[in-house]
Amino acid sequence: MSADRGMPLKEALIAVRAARREDEVVISTMAIAREWMTLGDHPLDWVFVPSSMGQATSLGLGLALAQPQRRILVLNGDGSQLMNLGSLVTITAQQPANLVIVLFDNGVYEITGAQPTPGAAAGRSGGDRVDFGALARACGFRSTFHFTRLEAWRTGMAAAFAGPGPTFVVLDVAPVPGGKGPRSPGPTVDRARRFMAALRGRS
Amino acid sequence: MFRGDQVASLFTRCGITHVVLVPDHMMGAWVPAIEGAGIRVVSVCREGEAWAVAAGLYLGGCQPLVMLQCTGLFESGDSLRNVLHDWKLPIFSVIGYRSYLNQDKLPGDTALAFTEPILKAWEIDYRLITAPDQFDVFAGHLEASRRAQRAGAVLIAEG
Repeated sequence: MSADRGMPLKEALIAVRAARREDEVVISTMAIAREWMTLGDHPLDWVFVPSSMGQATSLGLGLALAQPQRRILVLNGDGSQLMNLGSLVTITAQQPANLVIVLFDNGVYEITGAQPTPGAAAGRSGGDRVDFGALARACGFRSTFHFTRLEAWRTGMAAAFAGPGPTFVVLDVAPVPGGKGPRSPGPTVDRARRFMAALRGRS
Repeated sequence: MFRGDQVASLFTRCGITHVVLVPDHMMGAWVPAIEGAGIRVVSVCREGEAWAVAAGLYLGGCQPLVMLQCTGLFESGDSLRNVLHDWKLPIFSVIGYRSYLNQDKLPGDTALAFTEPILKAWEIDYRLITAPDQFDVFAGHLEASRRAQRAGAVLIAEG
């Protein structure tokens, strides 16, 4: 993903927010969490801040196995995904039908100053770009999608989320110039307790 | 060290619903009995994943346990830190202590030098088990940790 291509991150997230089901868990991390938090909060949001970078997909798998009646949506970045590519194999070994990973591919480590990732064309001596959708298909994801334009994402999201899962969606997004790391929205223990209560049907 | 049916029976008694692991030769031998007891086994590709998968399971209302070798403990430090210390989730782990009982295969195995200092550095309340007659130590620590809803570990010597 080059810096001059891709849909705006916030607009892509606004589309997700608009389509979000009330009973759906949304896991967000890193720069995506920063933007997601500006759109409001929800009892079933798991803002994964602080995190162990790369582990959002694994956390999502655990939730998907524990809560098979709910859709679990993981909003992940390409740098984070590169840190935990093996999780794609782990996920497909379990085949959680309710798990959707949306990969926001901006090609850079945005919050550290937009250095190119080793998966982006700018970060590779050959100038090629890692095809995350092909990786996901090779790992065994049942449904994979790739959206390069915001309008296509807005109109195609419902079909992409309709399954059968596990589903892997790649969105080409533009980096946010000067984008900072997300701030924790509050004490972790309290947030975990509230999230678990919301899953049990209490707020 | 211990039989699979012993371990599976203990896990069942403690309400463990999922075991998340990268197996070594000791734990791998337990897997059929654990699965046979109705506990779901989730194999991960690398140990850092195990803590995060277990965290998701716990948040979702299950009672997971992590099993890995000490080398996997080394690999998974940041994920462990996040789950046990940032979020304070009470995930119990079973850790294989490579070369503790026999250094013929890997003389001077540095896993021996670093395992316990690292467990202490991560402030994990662990019990060292070096003989088959210490199953009660394993069971007692798991049961106590579950009752108190706190993280803990057993470090089981391997040859």
